[in-house]
Amino acid sequence: MTGAAHSKLVSMQQAISEHVPSGSSVLMGAELEQMIPFSAGHEIIRQGRRDLTLVGPISDILFDQMIGAGCVSRVMAAWVGNASAGVGYCFRRAVERAIPNAIETVDYTNFTLAMALHAAALGVPFLPTYAALGSDLLKSNGNLCEFISPVNEDRLIAVRALQPDVAIVPVQRADAAGNSHLWGNLGVAIDGARASRKVIVVAEEIVAPEVIASDPNRTLIPGFLVAAVVHEPWGAHPSPVQGYYGRDHAFFAEYHEQSRNQEDFERWLERWVLKTPSRVEYIMQLGNARTADLRTREHAFTAPADFGF
Amino acid sequence: MVAAAAREIRDGELVFVGMRLPMIAFALAKRTHAPRATGLFENGIIRDTPAPALLYTMGDPPNLFQATFCGDMISVMSLLQQGRVNVGFLGAAEVDRFGNLNTTWGRRNGQTVRLPGSGGACDIAGLSQRTVVILAHDRERLVARVGYITSPGNGDGAGWRRARGLPARSGPSAIITTMGVLRFGEDGEAFLASVHPGIRVEEALSNTGWPLRVADNLEVTPDPSEDELRVIREIDPDHFWTKT
Repeated sequence: MTGAAHSKLVSMQQAISEHVPSGSSVLMGAELEQMIPFSAGHEIIRQGRRDLTLVGPISDILFDQMIGAGCVSRVMAAWVGNASAGVGYCFRRAVERAIPNAIETVDYTNFTLAMALHAAALGVPFLPTYAALGSDLLKSNGNLCEFISPVNEDRLIAVRALQPDVAIVPVQRADAAGNSHLWGNLGVAIDGARASRKVIVVAEEIVAPEVIASDPNRTLIPGFLVAAVVHEPWGAHPSPVQGYYGRDHAFFAEYHEQSRNQEDFERWLERWVLKTPSRVEYIMQLGNARTADLRTREHAFTAPADFGF
Repeated sequence: MVAAAAREIRDGELVFVGMRLPMIAFALAKRTHAPRATGLFENGIIRDTPAPALLYTMGDPPNLFQATFCGDMISVMSLLQQGRVNVGFLGAAEVDRFGNLNTTWGRRNGQTVRLPGSGGACDIAGLSQRTVVILAHDRERLVARVGYITSPGNGDGAGWRRARGLPARSGPSAIITTMGVLRFGEDGEAFLASVHPGIRVEEALSNTGWPLRVADNLEVTPDPSEDELRVIREIDPDHFWTKT
């Protein structure tokens, strides 16, 4: 028996089918505005999942789409909208008018959501913070509880640990066992992966284990935490992946206009998700000119680090 | 408005930069009077240099290029909790006379509307030494009392923040609007400290949702300098964030 690890490579369709049943709590958008797992969200929509709890600090327009598609019954987030254009219309319709269905919102701040995942990653039931004191979030979010510090009598918030059923985390590169290199603004991705019961890694590139092992500081998700590895180039479009492609600002603006009312949103959904069976067709629909324009042209490689001994 | 906001940043300060207009204000300050200011971004980025291109979001690739630090959210937001951050910059849908911010439940034409939520705003408003808010000046936005405190200002007046357990050295410092600059009195209430060039005081007052007090020594906000205007045009050539 060699040391070659068992491959966890599966298609996106298989990964979602196996690991994201209806009723799950799903962490997405952990890297904030970068590397949002749009292709995974779209597959969840296509597979008709319902009653999901979405967890994520800010999700840009992914949560909005999944809410509009009727997959969601609860959102645990700090911010739901369109980061460059403003509000998320599907989110508003669901909260204000129960279209397509009513959803429960559990409002966090970015820091308290990070603390909730950090607590789960540490394996403790809560963590203390001064953040959110004085905010009305405390009145509606039962996972943020005021208490008096036992060591200095300060008023603090206990942030209850939050353990999602599954984290879906885009990365730049992974090996087949799920050992993953990611870089850039990490948001809550590392804590999120450690906090969750399962992790699905969505990689722009699959590389040999030796490539990952060459730079252990960059291996931010060890493979033993990972349930499935999906090789999905352009999986984060229209959000950016540092070193691979930029943010498609126009796509966010177009979505904003095309989701203003439910009928237009449904047309958008049909075009980009329901009638587009996989990411390959999605990228074809996007067109060569657009992908060529978004692809990283001016590379900026890091200086090598010497791991010799 | 952007120029007035940028001037709230002093050279050498640690600045927590919120999404949208604050990103432009920070970039402007860096390229003019505050070249040694350091920008902190909640997604995990720290920058000593302005980003080399216009940012639509703080996670845009140019904001990571040659950054000082890229890591996780806790690494950056913990600096707020430690009390190290001099100034936090926020946009908002609504602000009230005590500087409380609402970005959760808004009102439009008498209807309740759901807004995106806190993001990092509540953390920044609670824990920055000074908080500066940037928003358009109208009665829908500058309201007597916000219906929902997403991000705490001075609550209902002096002493409220301490009673809630917020750090002693923290709180709202200025509200920069399209008409002027509001600052805060000892009692925790905002007053009009300056009006922008061409804006009449009455105009600012009638577009405010409470009887806004006016400073005895009310000033006119200095016009943006040639230098500031040039840099704003360089940062935002297509007027995505800045209208004029």
